[in-house]
Amino acid sequence: MNLTIALARLLIFPGLLFAVPTAWFFLWVERKAVALMQQRIGPPFMQPFFDFIKLLGKTTPARSGVSGLLMKAWPLLAVSAAAGAVGLLPVLPLSGGFQGDLVLLLALMELPSICIIAAGFSSRSIFGEIGSAREAVLTVSYNVVFLLAVVSIAVSQHTFRLEALAQLPASPLRWLGVLAILVCLPAKLHINPFSLPNAEQEIYSGPMIEYAGPELAMWELSHGLEWVAAAGLVATLAVPHFAAGWIDSLLFVSLSFGIVLLLSVLAAATARLAIDTTARFYWRCALMFAGLAIASTLLMRLRA
Amino acid sequence: MNLWSRLMCSCRRRSPWIFHMNSGSCNGCDIELVASLTPRYDAEQLGVRLEGSPRHADILCITGPVTRNSVHAIETVYGQVCSPKAVVAIGSCPATTNVFIDSRVLDGPLNRHIPVDVFVPGCPPRPDAILQGIAKAAEILAERGSRPLVNEENQQ
Repeated sequence: MNLTIALARLLIFPGLLFAVPTAWFFLWVERKAVALMQQRIGPPFMQPFFDFIKLLGKTTPARSGVSGLLMKAWPLLAVSAAAGAVGLLPVLPLSGGFQGDLVLLLALMELPSICIIAAGFSSRSIFGEIGSAREAVLTVSYNVVFLLAVVSIAVSQHTFRLEALAQLPASPLRWLGVLAILVCLPAKLHINPFSLPNAEQEIYSGPMIEYAGPELAMWELSHGLEWVAAAGLVATLAVPHFAAGWIDSLLFVSLSFGIVLLLSVLAAATARLAIDTTARFYWRCALMFAGLAIASTLLMRLRA
Repeated sequence: MNLWSRLMCSCRRRSPWIFHMNSGSCNGCDIELVASLTPRYDAEQLGVRLEGSPRHADILCITGPVTRNSVHAIETVYGQVCSPKAVVAIGSCPATTNVFIDSRVLDGPLNRHIPVDVFVPGCPPRPDAILQGIAKAAEILAERGSRPLVNEENQQ
């Protein structure tokens, strides 16, 4: 993958130019699905766009010193990491990629969570700090399962290259791994039942509490891009690529949409769990699931 | 007005995020404000979102007759809302102090402390009236945002 193609993928397709409208669309689907589940009409189609533009036009409180600079830097870092993660997704077949880009994708998908933790502590608000602590506990809990599931898929297919993973046919083991990833996604995207870091009735907005204006707009955008990256990763792993490019892209987009719809409906149907229940859920139930996936993968490799 | 400021004006009108503050209210207006966000009245159709932090909000919704204890809090929270901003006084209490008039524990009405844009009278007002007030405040907000200098003078 040379520099031009890499830049084109990061900035045009499936990177920023494609991903930002998709992120707004997914944010709208999230809110609209909740509204429909509650028998409301819900926000208009362009609502996330209106919110974003409005936030760009607001002033931000003046902050001085290193913590002020850091507070400006975290949302930008989160947005660029999430956009980079989307740029790595193999939407079109034969789109390039390199050995080990799955590892880079996982690292880039992890960066927004780390930025949220750091942002909460830089804001020096007590609610921000509680939110950050919760986010840290949540990250440690779900990531073990998430990474084990991804590794089990990669090991069963003998490659850490996304393009190759997308082309290989799906096996039952792979479905087990995809299921384990799906269980982790609500926690990764901070939606119900795992919306602990930004629990609005308990700790206001958690780590975001001191953010305003354009910085808050960047956080909203990074949340939307995380949706695109997470749904795209599952779509990549779940659907094998066929020959024709446009069918693949269509399948990819419709499956991503389906995942967003599924998770939004789950979010609307559930209430928030307490932090200890969440940690216990991931360490006891989901970890067994992921352990099963990786154990059977290793056994299959030994047998082969 | 160029294209960008027209777009900004339209977006400000369609995306009012509110912050709810109680300045010693009897809880009647607060219940009605929450009712206006429930599925029956569905404020989200207008883009309204109830925010937990005043930093995120555009419109400050204040209920209650302004007790002496709450004056400092009101001024602090009003300062924390980033401009352009608007204030909606919900109920008769912040407008006139209502039946609590001449009470020694009050320092009302609300517009003695911060500029109020929309009054929604009633004891308590109906949720549709509150929504209408928020929609009107969003229009005021959109106009104010396009004239930032005038806004600064008003705040002084």
